[in-house]
Order: sequence, then C-alpha cells, then structure tokens
Amino acid sequence: MMDWIARIGGSGLRYLGRLGQSVLFMFQMLSGAFRCLPRFSLVIQQLYAVGVLTMLIILVSGLFVGMVLGLQGYYQLVNFSAESSLGLVVALFLVRELGPVLSALLFAGRAGSALTAEIGLMKATEQLSAMEMMAVDPMQRVIGPRFVAGLIALPILAAMMSAIGVIGGYLIGYGLFGVDAGVYWSSMQAGVDLVDDVLNGVIKSIVFGFIVTWVALFEGYDALPTSEGVSRATTRTVVTSSLAILGSDFILTALMFGGL
Amino acid sequence: MTTPDNSDLFTNPMVEISEMHFAFSERPIFAGLKMAIPRGKVTVIMGPSGCGKSTLLGFIGGRLRPNKGQVFFDGERVPQKSGPPLFTMRRKMGMLFQSSALLTDLSVYENVAFPLREQTDLPEAIIRILVAMKLEMVGLRGARDLMPSELSGGMARRVALARAIVLDPEMIMYDEPFVGLDPISMGVIMKLIRELNDALGLTSIVVTHDVAEGCSIADYVYLLGEGQVAGHGTPEEMLNSEDERVRQFMNGLPDGPVGYHYPADPYLRDISTIE
Amino acid sequence: MHSKTLEIWVGFFMLLGVAAVAVLAFKVSGSAGTGGDVFRIEAKFENVGGLNEKAPVMVGGVRVGRVAEIRIDKEDYSAVVGMDIDSHYDNLPIDSGASILTAGLLGAQFVGLEPGADDIFLEQGDEIEITQSAIQLETLISQFMFSQGSDNKADSE
Repeated sequence: MMDWIARIGGSGLRYLGRLGQSVLFMFQMLSGAFRCLPRFSLVIQQLYAVGVLTMLIILVSGLFVGMVLGLQGYYQLVNFSAESSLGLVVALFLVRELGPVLSALLFAGRAGSALTAEIGLMKATEQLSAMEMMAVDPMQRVIGPRFVAGLIALPILAAMMSAIGVIGGYLIGYGLFGVDAGVYWSSMQAGVDLVDDVLNGVIKSIVFGFIVTWVALFEGYDALPTSEGVSRATTRTVVTSSLAILGSDFILTALMFGGL
Repeated sequence: MTTPDNSDLFTNPMVEISEMHFAFSERPIFAGLKMAIPRGKVTVIMGPSGCGKSTLLGFIGGRLRPNKGQVFFDGERVPQKSGPPLFTMRRKMGMLFQSSALLTDLSVYENVAFPLREQTDLPEAIIRILVAMKLEMVGLRGARDLMPSELSGGMARRVALARAIVLDPEMIMYDEPFVGLDPISMGVIMKLIRELNDALGLTSIVVTHDVAEGCSIADYVYLLGEGQVAGHGTPEEMLNSEDERVRQFMNGLPDGPVGYHYPADPYLRDISTIE
Repeated sequence: MHSKTLEIWVGFFMLLGVAAVAVLAFKVSGSAGTGGDVFRIEAKFENVGGLNEKAPVMVGGVRVGRVAEIRIDKEDYSAVVGMDIDSHYDNLPIDSGASILTAGLLGAQFVGLEPGADDIFLEQGDEIEITQSAIQLETLISQFMFSQGSDNKADSE
C-alpha cells in the first residue's frame, strides 16, 4: 500500500519535473524563434517540411470530412424539412471545430512526429552538440525556425481543411441530394460570422500549432539519445499533443462560444 | 604514480583543470581531477569505458559545468561563461565527435562551409576556396557534392575533421576518433591528427581507449581511473610504468587493481541460499 | 537548384492558404461590410426574452446591423438594447418601431425594425421610442386565448 502511494508520488514528481523542463524549454524556444527571424530562409525550409508535406493529407481528409458532414447533416436535417440549413451546419462544424481540431490532430501525426524524430536523431548523432561546439545556438538554428514554421503552417492548413470541407459538403448536398446551390451558400453566409466563427477557429488553430510544435520539439530535444529513446519520444509526441489539442479545445470552446 | 620531468611542457598550458568534482545524479564521475594540457602537443587521454573521458571534453568545451573545481582554457575560466562570451571562446576550439555529427540534410561542401556561413560574412567565392583547402587537407575534395549518408565511417570522420578546422581553431578535441574504423581509415586519421597538429600549430586532445594507437601519436598521455588521474607521462614512461593500475590498463590485463568481478555479496552465500 | 523548387512549393502553399482564407471570409461567412462604419442606436424594452448580443437587426428580413449590447437602465429597470447599424442605412426614420421577434422554428431571436414615416432619420445615439418586447410563452398563450379567429401559430420552445 505504501509502495503504491510512493509510486504515485514518484511518478507525480517526475511528471512535474518534466513539466518544469518543458516550460523552461518553451522560453528558450521562443527566444530562439525571435532570433531566427532575420534569417527567414531557414523558416521557409521548415515551412516546406511541416506545411507543404502535410498539405496533401489535410486536403484529402478535409474533402472526405466535408462529404461525410454533408451526408450525415442531410439525413438528419431532412427529418425537420430543414435541409436548406445544410450549408450552415457543414460550415459551422468545420469552421468552429473540425477544421482546427482535425487538422491539428493530423498535423501532430504527420509533422509533429517527424519533428520529434528529426530533432531526436540530431541529438543522438551529436549534431546538436556539434553545433554548440561550432558556436552555433541550436535553439536559434534548429528549434526556432521549426517552431515558427509550425505556428504559421497549422492555421493555414486548418483554413484549407475548412474550405475544402465546405466544398465537399456542397458536392454531396448539391450533387447527390439536389439541395439548391444558392440556398446552400446563402444559409452559410447568413449564419457564419467572420469574427465569431472564422476568426475564433483561426485563433484555435494558432493555439494548437503552438502546442503541437512545442510538444514535438521538446520531446525530440529531451529524448534519450538512442534509437529506442527517439522512437518512444515520437510516440509520446503524438499521444501528448493529441490529448493537449482536445483538452485545450474544450477550454477554448468554453471561453469563445460558452460566454464564460 | 610517476613523477615525470616534463615541467617545461606545463608552463602556460592550453587547458588546466583543478580539483574538479562532478557527479551524474548520484554517480560520481570526477573526484578532484587535476590535469594540464600542454600547448602545441598531442595529448592523449585514456581510460576504461565509462570513466568519463568523453564527459571531460564537455567540460573543456563548456557544455557541462563541474559541481566543484575550475576549468581554464587559455587562461579563461570556462564554467563561468555562458551566452556570447562562451561562443566566442568556442570559436578557438574545434571538436571531432565520435559519430562525426555531420548535419544530415547538408552536403559535404555545405557541412564544411557551415561554420563559415554561421560565423562570418565571407563572400561565396572565399568560402569556396576555404572549403576546398580544408577538404584537400583531408583528401576529400572530390567528395564535396556527396551527402553524409553516402560516406563511409572513415570518410565521414575526415569531413567532420575538415569542418572542425575550417575556422582555424587553436585547439582541437577528438572524441574516440579510432572507434569503428578499418585499419586503413584508422591510419589515415592518425596521420591527419599528427599532421594537423604540427602543420597548423594546434593543440590536440585525443580521447581514446586504444592503447597502441593512442601511444603511437601521443606526445603526452593521461590515464584516468576512479575519477582522478591514475597516471601520466610520455608514452614510453607510461608503457614502462611500475604503477599497478597503469600497467594493467596499458597491457590489457584482465585482473588487477580494476577487479575482474563486479562488486557482489560473497559467492558462497549467494549459491548456498538456494532452497 | 533544390532550394528554388522548395521555395516555389512554399509559395504555392502560402497562396493556397490565402485562397482558403478568402473562401472562408467571403464565400462562407459572406462578411459584407463587417468591420465597416456603424452608428449606435438604442431602444428600451420591458423584456428582451432570449435576445443575445450579436443577434441580427433586420428591416423587412434584410440584415442592417447587429445587437451590440444589452443592459439594464438604472432608473426604470427596463432593458436597454444597443444596436450597431451599418452606416449606409442612414435613412431609417426616427419614428421607426423596434420589436423582438423569433426566427423560424429554431427560435433564435432578433430585433426587427419597422420603418416609420418621419423625415428625420436615426443617427448616432438616437433612441427608438416605439418598442414591442419579446413575446413570452405565457403572454402568447393569453393572447391566443383572447384572440378571435386569428390563425396564430404557437411556437413551442
């Protein structure tokens, strides 16, 4: 029994220790991010790695999500003869929730895990130490540009997902069920607000971008410098950032739409 | 312990370590380490695996800080430095890592040019010349467009060496430079260490556990053990040492002051408690 | 060179992102004149029911503005609704009436303006005198009971 309590205490302390390290890392990362901005070409390279390479999966899944929303939404709305609101339902779901959240989850799986593996490998092969010995700060040269790129890329990816999802819903609503095209778009335009819905969605995805990139870079930087350590860190990145996305989504939704 | 008559070597040493203590969490690594690295010489630091040889280079480079004691590089206190002053000091050091540590997403040329691009504003034409000169020194000018993944272990280490000397440092540290190399590559690296030291007037620190290779390039040898210097001297002095610990390591004897058995409970009690 | 294609791809990515944001801003949210000039008018109601801030303000079913704030008048305890009206609707007569209405089945409430006939138009800071409060279910039932033959539909919540 005492052992059990001691184990809880021990893992609690370890967890707190890691939390403290990650916060410390965040400040170093932010300072590195500011210092890397003058050399924006480094950020552009990373934008390719985290943004362009994630774009395809985001576009394809966004289209499918929009089509599924179109199907499900239509089947429910038609019961109330409210299929004219299909555009509104699809757009609100996507812009407020699914766009930011799903793109962040996919981003964590595609780009976050790649970032962790890359940084962890650079650590395991002493590339980060070598940079330090060459009087180059890895925070500025390696971590900073990746963080800035993640922060820029995710809101763009989320916007892409919402936009293509709305088009997917249109394909189903108009193409399959014959919902009037004008009604689809006008119900959307009447009900979706630029500030309340679109902008809040963008704010969400900026927060998610911060969280995912931070978690991914920290896990990579903190990984044990062995192949096992790197693979574990990669798994932890996906698990931790997915949980953090969903948890913070709840808080953000409550703050933004719940009138808290 | 030998008391060598090499006092002229140690006037104004490049690196001086005094009474250094350090422990990784609970495990003590160094307990009162004292050491001086002579200028312009090849100093080889030997010791059994896990004795903290490579860690020692972390202290000299300022990547680690001792719990107690002082590390001087060229008369400056290393542990008290951080930020830009530390980086300025590191420009006088080059380091060759065991894994070569080439940046995997850059070509050989870009790897060697990396310190120049980061530290200087030299025009591309000059960078080109400097990189070609350093690659020629290590015999790999023809490999400049290859990626690190296309290099053999020995070639990767030579590229890393070219990168380490591209800013013309005053001192270069080699972390286990002979590990995992075939005899030819090993010979090449040994020749390069010696040649670079003499031609460029560098101070070289080589960390290794290969006694034969270490002794054949060393001007001076330190042997580490139990967190302190177990013995030091010229290679000849070390090979002919009377000291038990030095003799055991230099001759690779399985038993001696460093026991064959890991510390354990008495053997008899262990096997007699089986029921 | 390699970095050239990379830059082209990143440029393409950014352009596509801008296009996506444009779709969201214009096609999805139809943000005509959002953030443009507005003027504030007020109206006092006995009861605002379920009216929310940011609810639309409509004239004949056309959106002309939105509810900016709802507060209590400290003297007579009536509810004061502040509305931001888009500035190009600068010809609403000062004797217009305001009522709180319910849209369709879903029951989101909005402010409906009934234009009057005066030559003087509503301007910044003006107050609408003629108002009709939100219809409460109880009121609705009693109205229904006393109404003769009018085919009111009772909305249930």
